[in-house]
Parts: sequence; structure tokens; C-alpha cells
Amino acid sequence: MAAATGPARWHRNISAKIAAIPMIATALVIFIGGTAWTVVYSFTNSKLLPREKFVGLAQYERLWTSNKWLISIENLAIYGILSLIFALVIGFFLAALLDQKIRFEDTFRTVLLYPFALSFIVTGLAWQWILNPDFGIQHVVRSLGFENFAFDPLYNPDIVIYGVLIAGLWHETGLIMCLMLAGLRGIDEDIWKASRIDGIPMWKTYLFIVIPMMRGIFITAIVLVTSGIIKVYDLIVAQTGGGPGISSEVPAKYVYDAMFLSQNLGQGFAASTMMLLTVIIVVVPWAYLEFGGKRT
Amino acid sequence: MSDALQIPTPPAAGPSGRKPGKILSRRNIFIYGTLILVSLYYLLPLYVMVVTSLKGMPEIRVGNIFAPPVEITFQPWVKAWAEACTGLNCDGLSRGFFNSVKILVPSVILSIAIASVNGYALANWRFKGSETFFAILIVGAFIPYQVMIYPIVILLREAGLYGGLTGLVIVHTIFGMPILTLLFRNYFSSVPQELFKAARVDGAGFWSIYFRIMVPMSLPIFVVAMILQVTGIWNDFLFGVIYTKPDLYPMTVQLNNIVNSTQGVKEYNVNMAATILTGLVPLTIYFLSGKLFVRGIAAGAVKG
Amino acid sequence: MRALRAVFAATTALCAATAANATDLEVTHWWTSGGEAAAVAEFAKAFNATGNNWVDGAIAGSGGTARPIIISRITGGDPMGATQFNHGRQAEELVEAGLMLDLTEIAEEGKWRDIIRPSSLLDSCTVDGRIYCVPVNIHSQQWLWLNNSVFENAGVAVPTNWDEFSAAASKLQESGIVPLAMGQQPWQTTLAFQVILTALAGPDAYTRIFGEKDAELAGGPELAKVFQAADAARNMARDSNVQNWNDATTMVITGKAGGQIMGDWAQGEFQVAEMTAGEDYTCLPGLGVNEVIMTGGDAFYFPKVDDPEITAAQLELAKVMISPETQVAFNLKKGSLPVRGDVDLAAANDCMRKGLDILAKGNVIQSPDQLMSADSLTQVNDLFVEFFNNPDMSAEDAQTLFVSIVGNAD
Repeated sequence: MAAATGPARWHRNISAKIAAIPMIATALVIFIGGTAWTVVYSFTNSKLLPREKFVGLAQYERLWTSNKWLISIENLAIYGILSLIFALVIGFFLAALLDQKIRFEDTFRTVLLYPFALSFIVTGLAWQWILNPDFGIQHVVRSLGFENFAFDPLYNPDIVIYGVLIAGLWHETGLIMCLMLAGLRGIDEDIWKASRIDGIPMWKTYLFIVIPMMRGIFITAIVLVTSGIIKVYDLIVAQTGGGPGISSEVPAKYVYDAMFLSQNLGQGFAASTMMLLTVIIVVVPWAYLEFGGKRT
Repeated sequence: MSDALQIPTPPAAGPSGRKPGKILSRRNIFIYGTLILVSLYYLLPLYVMVVTSLKGMPEIRVGNIFAPPVEITFQPWVKAWAEACTGLNCDGLSRGFFNSVKILVPSVILSIAIASVNGYALANWRFKGSETFFAILIVGAFIPYQVMIYPIVILLREAGLYGGLTGLVIVHTIFGMPILTLLFRNYFSSVPQELFKAARVDGAGFWSIYFRIMVPMSLPIFVVAMILQVTGIWNDFLFGVIYTKPDLYPMTVQLNNIVNSTQGVKEYNVNMAATILTGLVPLTIYFLSGKLFVRGIAAGAVKG
Repeated sequence: MRALRAVFAATTALCAATAANATDLEVTHWWTSGGEAAAVAEFAKAFNATGNNWVDGAIAGSGGTARPIIISRITGGDPMGATQFNHGRQAEELVEAGLMLDLTEIAEEGKWRDIIRPSSLLDSCTVDGRIYCVPVNIHSQQWLWLNNSVFENAGVAVPTNWDEFSAAASKLQESGIVPLAMGQQPWQTTLAFQVILTALAGPDAYTRIFGEKDAELAGGPELAKVFQAADAARNMARDSNVQNWNDATTMVITGKAGGQIMGDWAQGEFQVAEMTAGEDYTCLPGLGVNEVIMTGGDAFYFPKVDDPEITAAQLELAKVMISPETQVAFNLKKGSLPVRGDVDLAAANDCMRKGLDILAKGNVIQSPDQLMSADSLTQVNDLFVEFFNNPDMSAEDAQTLFVSIVGNAD
């Protein structure tokens, strides 16, 4: 409609264009400009301050031979995939439960949402205690008589990332649940009536009718969750500090440590360029299909 | 999604639509049982935090984190709010509270104002290239903040805005823009086109449609955006500390100083009290606007 | 703290009355815990007494948290008046970029060369013969902290060195005690490893490896011993399930563990638990083998500004920080050692005294920050951390990797 592009029509949308100036400026100057700046300096050996001493691909060679970086990527993949799946599934499931005309809905909803208001630093600390084998859950269960009970995810390099996942889901699922609940509230009641008349089981109605109708909600939720996953940093620092050893390192922490602890900006920029590249490879085709094509 | 406008379509229109049955039906046991179990999982860390914040340090050293306090003390709370030292200033979290408010209010207003106009333009007044800029914005949501620190320092320095409140407000506006714009765009797309067309026929322009039709219909989505931004900006530490000076440091700087000091004795009870205190502002907003929150998103994000 | 604040307020009021034009000077540092804040207050008090005004910009969390802030402020063209850094090469680039104030004149006037001990502290403030920072204190990491009663209860004598400690380990393990408490955060592992290296291989070997990057020595038998000892430490700490350093110290205090390798700041925890040095707990500098300490610590830098009034205040603060009275007052509160050899610390306790003796004898080594670039050091530290946490990595493997990192270090 408004996208009509007649020859002398460029000025028809002039107010919209003026109104969009902050967005355009942000997109071009900050996101494109900042990214370009980062990419350029990833080819330098900048240490503490950005400097134009170009070293070609040296930073990238070093990055990909670094064991820490490889572990970071693996962790992000595990954490990201599981976090996305669980947050969406659990969030949706809880929303569906809350949507059953129950009592105390406000109470339940607030209980599930409150972790979102707390800082990651303390989320990490609290979960670090609860998962500590000497005075947390393992200790309690053992003192109940189950002597061989073992649950110490944060102290076992093989499963530490799952320990982080427990805390991460605790923090974010409530928000996803609220989004989903909101989506469910938007479903027309007639849909439910119709499916009941046709004798379609409830789970089928959810799966094949309701969820496809909630596409927008899912997109918003996915963007929220994934952008959070890629940036996960504080939680790891607070809960494990990247340990035991380097078994719970993540890319954002690698970037941060390279830039501010090892004072190797170039390395940090190279790592973040790789992260960005990955995001672009995944997001751009999707964004193009989603937003770039024709619309109703 | 027009039924967002018919306000009295209450939660009672739940999907099952069944009549409330016996209290102890299998269905109820399943629903409430699950919800109560999940709530326990969610409340466990809060329980640990509250219990810890009410204990004295000797009791914490002995170390059963689940045990209720033998001797309840509110001293950690008093200390967290009014006495904990961050460097020379021994007035706890209270010091940064008003700075946080001073940062929060303009940042929330400006970021929502700009994002809502963006969303409106993208949904109703698309122009050539508008979707491209939007796609760039969405990709921007995935960039780790740390990477952008130095480029933004340089930009703010060149603009002469470095170190002040204005610069910080702009930074919050920029980083809130991707998600908020997505939210508003989806909301405004779901507003019936007939309303929009009728207004156009009446000769209304960009701004008058926005202020006279869109804004009054969109209270819920504004509330949603406000909740997201209040949580994000209130809990922000990195930007607050990098782009301002000590006289403007937000409350989270004090929180970090209390919680995060590495050398010296760690007072876990004060840490926990400080966290809960800092979380109170967003929590209050969740409580107050919970219902609007849910209805707002329902209206907004359903259609992609 | 309230009393402190009252004193402070009174001082400020007094100064406001006497000084005609007080200059505000913003000082960034990461001293935020109770004792640290009390120590900073000593600086502020002394500085305010000169008629200026200390504006406090405390940010907890060195390195990762404070550094981006400091660097942003300086490159953003709106710097603070003074800022803390660790001793070493961290701020070198800022100096080279001409962003820091040259202190050479007041350093010569105050004869810093003669009074600062060890002189290496001043060396790390020196770039091209000019002095750019004020060292303010010395913290040492090379300590083994032991709970005496744990060893007495297990029927062994309280160890006096590392070998006795590792020999006693099996006894402790039999009675269900963790011999070596160790927080799981990587920096603690790194610290322990560096301490073991310095103590067992000796200060010379340490300096040659980190300073001269002597890869041959790094591959030699002396270092093999170090890696064996680290392997033993790894086993002794196997059942230590805590994250934070002070939780590990608490294990020692409550008798769940025998000992901990940690810096001198651990002493604060023993004092809070009302234990007495020498009676209830023992401290062994250099693990009781080579009594050396590392001269790590903190220094202040002063970013260059255009305003001559601020520059004057900056120089004033630099003088105040190094003055004998402030050095004593500050370091007693902080629990660290003064950088001047000519001051008297009568109030020091048993463990601090040991540290002062070692300083007086000159048994000091430079911190790795001073010897190696932060970048190479990170690689070394990552290796230590991985070795400590990966039981499959043998001591020989770790040493081989160590040699290659040292060989390529800068």
C-alpha cells in the first residue's frame, strides 16, 4: 500500500522518511559503521588501544588454533540449541497451563517472571550455591539417606555447561512464557469451539492450529532468546568463571577476555568478527525471507 | 487481531472453554500439581537468597544454605541500602538510586518514542529500503555489546556528548531499538487496515494518524515496551559506568561494588539483600502492570 | 564505617574553610571492600588536607570490569584525575600514546629512586627514562596458609615447608580432610601454579623463564619437578568443591581443609574468624622453600589534561601518596606492605612481619605482569588452568606445551 513506488511519489512518504531518520542513522552509523570498524581493526595487532598496524590474517590464524576458542564455540552450540528449545517448549507449555482458566494466575505468572528482574551476577551466585555438592542439593539428598546420589554439574568439566543451562533457563523462561501466554490470549475463541465440534484433540489443536497462528510471537521470542544466547557472558562469569579449567568458556567471554584481560584488542575483534559472520550467515537469509519479500 | 481492542474479552476466554468441574478432577491435579512444582523450582533460589540475607556471617560460614536463619537479623538489609561502602562513599545502594531514576526516565521515554515511530513507519508507511534498514537493525540485536564500546566512545567524543547524561540516553535508545522496533512493527501491522485507510481518505497525514489513531489504541504495547526497557536499563551496568562519570553512576555500580569485590571479606548476606533491593523496581512494575503486559503482547506480536 | 565517614566529612569541612580554591580530582580505583575502603579513605584524607577535594570513583573488579572504563574515559577525551593500575606493563601503551602525565620532576625532587624499595617497582613506572606512575603498595601472593589444629588432630606436626605438607597429605585424606583447598576459578589455579613454580624452581629460574623467555630451562629437570608438584597439588585439591577464594579459605578455617595457597589478603578472613597468626594458623611465604615474595601491587597513573589547576592537583596527589605518613596509614589498613624502605610499621602482625623481613633482605621477584606481555601471560595461565582441571593431561605433556609458549612469548 504505502510501498507504492510511482515515479514522482518519493516525497509522498516524506514524513515517514524523516521519522525514520534515527533508525536509519542507527542502522548505518552504529551497526554497519561499528561493524566495519571492528572488522578493519581485526586485521591489526592492536593491543590496549586501537592502532593501524596491519598484520593480515594473523589474528584469525591464532584464533582458530586456540583451544579455548574451539571449546567456546562448542559450548555456545550446546547451550544455544538446548536453551532455545527448552525456553520455547517450556515457555509454551507453562503458558498453555496458565491459560486454562486457573485460579491464582497472577501469582503463578509473577513467580515465573520474577527471575528476569534479577541480575545475572547474583543468579549465578545463587545457583552456584544450590549446585554445590558440599552444601547444595547433593548434600541435602545424601543426608536423606541416598548416599550415592551425585549431582555436581558445575564441578564436572563434561557437563558444566548443562549446569549453566539450568540457571540460564531459570532466568529467561518466565519472559518467554509471558510472550506465549499473550499469544494464546490473542487466539480467537471460535477456533477452539470449531476444533471441539470437529472432535480434534486438544494437543492437536495446539500443535497444528494454534502454534502456526502464533508465528509472530515465536519470531519475537526466538530473536529475544537467541540474541541473549549469543551475548551470554555475565552468567558464566558469575557461576563458573569459565571453569572448571576452560570447560565452560563461551565466545562472548573469549572476546571480552581478549580485549580487556589479555589486552589484545585485535584478537577480540577477530573473534567478534567471526561471531558476527555466523550471525549474518544465519540471520540475513531468514530476515530477507521474513521482512524483505512481499507483504500483505 | 482486532479483538485486542475489545477490552472485555477477558482471560476467561481460555481455550478449553470447559465449565469449571470438580475441584479435585484429574485435570486440576495435573495443572496445579505441575504449576506448583515448577513454582518451587523457581522460588528455590529466591528462598536461598532471602534466607541468606537474614543470617549473620558466622551462621553463613557454618554453611547450610537451605536452613532457615537461627537468629533473624535485618542488619544486612540496612547495610546494603544505607551503609555498605563502595570506595569512600559508605551510603550503600541509596547513593545511586536517584541517578538510576534520572537515567531510567528519559531513556525509557526516548527509546520507546523512537522505536514506536519506527515500527509505525515500517508497518504502515513502508518506503523503498525501509525493510533493509530494519533487517540491519535486527542483525544489530545480535552484536555483543562489548564490541561496540570503543566505536561508540569515539562517536560520542566527536559529537561532544561523551561523559554526560545525553550520551548515555542515546546509547540506551540505540541498543533498545532492534527488539522494540520489532515489537511495535508487529503490533501496528495487526491494526485493521480499514481504520488506517479511512483516516487517509479523511486527509490525515503521518503524524496525525500516529497521534490520533495509533497511540490511543496502543496503550498495551507501550506498557510492554516499558517493562522490557525498565528491566534492561535499570539493570544496566556496563553502559552506565563507561559513558558517564561518578556523579551520574547508576545504582548497579554500587551493586557491583558490593557484590563483585574480589579481595577482602565477602559478605554474602549483604550481597543477597542488595540484589533483592535492586530488583525491587522492575519487580514492582511486573506486579502493577502484569495484566496489561499480557494483553499488550497478545495484541501486538501475533501476526508476523 | 559511619565513624569513618564522620571523620571524613569533618576533614572535608575543615578543608573547605581553609582552602581558597579547592580543585576536585576524580580518582578511579577498584578498592571497594571494607578494609580496602578504609585504606582509600587515608589517601583521601591526606589529599583533602592539602586543600583539594578527592572525588571517589570506585568500581569493583579489577581488570575485566575497571579496565574498559578507564580506557574509555581516557580515549573519550574526558579522563579522570587519577587512576589505579596494577604494577607492570598494563598502562604502557597509554603512556606511549602520550596520554599520561610525566611525574619525573616531582620524582626527582622527592628522591623516589632512593626511597622506593624494591627499585623494580619504579622501573615498571618508567618509560624511556621518564616516570609516569606512583607505586603505592606491595601485595604478595606466595603464601601457604595452614590451620594448625587440623594437622595436630591428624597426628602430624604442622608442616614448615611444601615437602612436609605433601607428605602429610595422605594422613589428612585418611581422616576425610581435603589437604589443599582450592577455589575453582581460573585465576586461583594460576596463582597457585605460579607460586609453586617460584618456590620450588627458585627465583632465578622464574626470572629466566618469564623475563628472558628461556625455553631450554622451561624444558629442563627443574621445571619437571615443578610440574610433578603441581600434579600432586592437583590430587590434593581433588575434593575441593568451592568456587570463590574466600570459600576455600573458610574450608581451612573450619578445618575441612588443611591448607590453601593464596595471597596475603587471605589473612583478613583468618582475622575475622578471630584466629591468631602463629598460634591458630601458620603462614609460609614461598611455601617455606624459597622465601621470596612477588612485588605485585598497585600504582596510580595521572591522565594528561589541559587544565593547569587539575595538573597541579594531580602532582599534589602523587606527592601525598608516596609520603611516609600516608604510606604507613594506608598500608596498615590495607594489609599490604609499604613501598618505602624507610618507614616503621610497628603495628604489623606476625605474617606481615615475615613479609617485611623478606623485603628487607631483598628476596623479591618481579610479578609476571612486569616481565611478560599480558597476551603471552594469558596463554601461560590458560595452560596452567587446563592442566589443573584435566586429569588426563600428564605433567610431561603440560611441560611440553609450556616450553612452546615460553619460546614464542613476547
